[in-house]
Amino acid sequence: MTDAAWATLSNQAVAAAAVVYFLALLAYVVEWASLRQVDRSRVLAGSGGPDVEPTSEVDVEKHRDRVAMFGRLGLLLTALAVVIHFVALFSRGMSADPNRVPWGNMYEFTLAGTFVVAALFLAMGRRYALDWLGPVVVTFVLALLMVAVVWLYDPVGPLPEALNSYWLVIHVVSAITATGAFTLGGMTSATYLIKRRRGDKPQTGLWARVPSLEKLDLMSYRIHAFAFPVWTFAVLITGPIWAHQAWSSYWNWDPKEVWAFITWVVYAAYLHARTTAGWRGRNAAILALVGTATLWFNFIGINYFSSSSQHSYAGASAPISQLDRLDR
Amino acid sequence: MTTTAAKPSAPAPERRSGELTLRELLRWCWRQLTSMRIALILLLLLALAAVPGSLVPQERVDALKAGQWKDQHETLTPIYEKLGIFNVYGSPWFAAIYILLVVSLVGCIVPRTFVYWRNLRAEPPAAPRNLTRLPSHATYGTTESADVVLERARTLLRRKRYRLRKDAAEGTVSAERGFLRELGNLVFHLAVLVVLVGFATGTLLGYKGGVILVTGTPFSNTPTQYDDFVPGSLFRAGQLDPFRFTVDDFDVDWLTSGPRTGMARGFQAHMEYQSEPGGEEKKYDLRVNHPLTIGDTDLFLIGHGYAPVVTVRDGEGRVVYDGPTVFLPQGPDLFSFGVIKVPDAKPGQLGFEGFFYPTFANVNGDPVNLNGDDLNPALSLNVWTGDLGLDGGASQSVYVLDKANATALPAKKGMETLRVDLAPGDTAQLPNGLGSITFDRVESWQRIQISQTPGKGIALLGVVLALLGLMGSLFIRSRRVWLRVSEGPDGTLVEIAALDRSGGADTDAVLSDLVADLQEEPR
Repeated sequence: MTDAAWATLSNQAVAAAAVVYFLALLAYVVEWASLRQVDRSRVLAGSGGPDVEPTSEVDVEKHRDRVAMFGRLGLLLTALAVVIHFVALFSRGMSADPNRVPWGNMYEFTLAGTFVVAALFLAMGRRYALDWLGPVVVTFVLALLMVAVVWLYDPVGPLPEALNSYWLVIHVVSAITATGAFTLGGMTSATYLIKRRRGDKPQTGLWARVPSLEKLDLMSYRIHAFAFPVWTFAVLITGPIWAHQAWSSYWNWDPKEVWAFITWVVYAAYLHARTTAGWRGRNAAILALVGTATLWFNFIGINYFSSSSQHSYAGASAPISQLDRLDR
Repeated sequence: MTTTAAKPSAPAPERRSGELTLRELLRWCWRQLTSMRIALILLLLLALAAVPGSLVPQERVDALKAGQWKDQHETLTPIYEKLGIFNVYGSPWFAAIYILLVVSLVGCIVPRTFVYWRNLRAEPPAAPRNLTRLPSHATYGTTESADVVLERARTLLRRKRYRLRKDAAEGTVSAERGFLRELGNLVFHLAVLVVLVGFATGTLLGYKGGVILVTGTPFSNTPTQYDDFVPGSLFRAGQLDPFRFTVDDFDVDWLTSGPRTGMARGFQAHMEYQSEPGGEEKKYDLRVNHPLTIGDTDLFLIGHGYAPVVTVRDGEGRVVYDGPTVFLPQGPDLFSFGVIKVPDAKPGQLGFEGFFYPTFANVNGDPVNLNGDDLNPALSLNVWTGDLGLDGGASQSVYVLDKANATALPAKKGMETLRVDLAPGDTAQLPNGLGSITFDRVESWQRIQISQTPGKGIALLGVVLALLGLMGSLFIRSRRVWLRVSEGPDGTLVEIAALDRSGGADTDAVLSDLVADLQEEPR
């Protein structure tokens, strides 16, 4: 295949993945809607007369099957979308000359970041019983894919010289993995807060599927506990090593570095808060959300606020700072 | 005043609530400072305090940008300067936060280290009287004798790497595991201090300098050779390694197709260097991401551009300027801006200001640059004459023409100011008998960053230790398990309880696993 063909395949695969993510979202929405019906029939069965009972029991059975079917369908479609998403990333890397890793500019970072979120959701889903988070994950990934395609798209090109290093693989893979996991952690923390606000309201419909507050808190903690060391590795070990090689100084107080540090500090505070009286639970979850906000602000937002970042991947502009020669 | 204070036998004056002696106040402050709550608030403050430095250009990071920002914001600049917003990471208030945080950390970690040391040698605590009062507990009945159950429990827990209490009370087992968790925690926090020491060493003892060298110009490592030189406050000039080097040749790999046509894919400087005067001559190809280390010093290639070589003759026909002049790239296509100052020209000083086009093209009457490669170089300059402000002794930037006392030469007709457009080899005569300018050829220049960063090994060691400690403190489970058996008329009642001390584990799952293992074993 030619490079142009690979590039076309990549763009088409992004579109296809988005469509399949959308179908997955539809399946999840149907699952939710069905959950509500099951509930009503159970209420009916409890209070209804003798003629209602036998039919509604069959109904309940049927509905349960339907709910389960749509849940499985949603998960299956998500998995399919992740595979197509991977094809998009892979062909993006193949379309560059010379072939390279598909994370060299903001469009590609977003593509890779959303892929990691969805893939981690599938990988962790079984172990941590995260199935109920499916619709949230799919919505998030879909929204960011749109942002990537509409605002961040960049035709494929070779890497700027500064990015041309094997640290690009180590540093960016770890940073994106941590970003994906932190994002999932932010979702469970947000769910925790909403569920907590609901208080003693009956846990019907979709809320019946969400785990208990303790479980949610524990789940958030475990996801963050996985992501934090990975983030530490990315931001405080590989980042400085690479910065030292490329820019001559391992810590430059570059805006991207500063925000990565801020994110690190906020998540460190989250981990401490979870073991501190008066901070665990609600405040810790809020901190986790603040962490997610700083994380994504750093990922996309800071590029629009600061022009002096050496992490700007728009072009291969010569990073000439402190150019001030004086006549002596 | 009252006489009570004078009487030695009088009862101590009554103290109002909240009234503290100095010692008590200090102790109260210390307790507060080392409490987790304050540490948390300090952490969040640190995060908050780091924000302005990412939004406003920093003097120590990018002096040029900071200067531009100050010019654009006249009202904010004096306020920000007072607050230290242009040097956030060196400002007293930023330092105050992290110093308090370090004090808090030390105040928290040192006592914990002693506690850890004591716990390390202590036995697991005895089983509580009432195991069923613990949040996660389980009971089951069995027909086996108490001794069998106890023995099996001990074997099982030992296999799971629990430490057992030696003098456990009759009919109980006390077990504990996960001591490395707290060790990891302590290592992590101490490693943060190691990182700070490494970082401080680099900032105080190191230096960072840069120089722009036209290809072929030799450089020897003395402070006067640098264009900019930022030493740490404890830096001594004797630390400079006595090396010298020359970039003999410079290669750029230009993109000839795709969306980034005309930009550089890669570049390398072929250099020759000597580690010390009279030393062996060595060769190295300096590239981005591939620095050269000589002694304690690292050399980096961080930028490149063009330096047109011009010869200026004045009105008397003398050569008053001759050589390459560094022009600064305005973007990745190396379209560059520069200034040529000729203070010795007679009858009047001459100043040239304008642009260099590596690949000049005329598109519908507009001059454009098509490529970063010097395929069709052109120089387009405006000419000024008068006092360039160079005689006063005040230093000025080589990239800025002081036009306060100079006037632009007018063009013959139509144009407001004279513009001379030159291709290599061209000579333009200046009007009014001021002289001439010849564009001889183009040379390339490289910007080499040279720095010493002592303590970087310490900092790296620190972060690696911190990561290892962190993983220990997050992934090692620290828990206690107690078991009590009592024989009754219907068989043996087994009570088992688990307590997780790490706050991240599912103790119920651990407990049900243990119970399952205990019950399954005999079959």
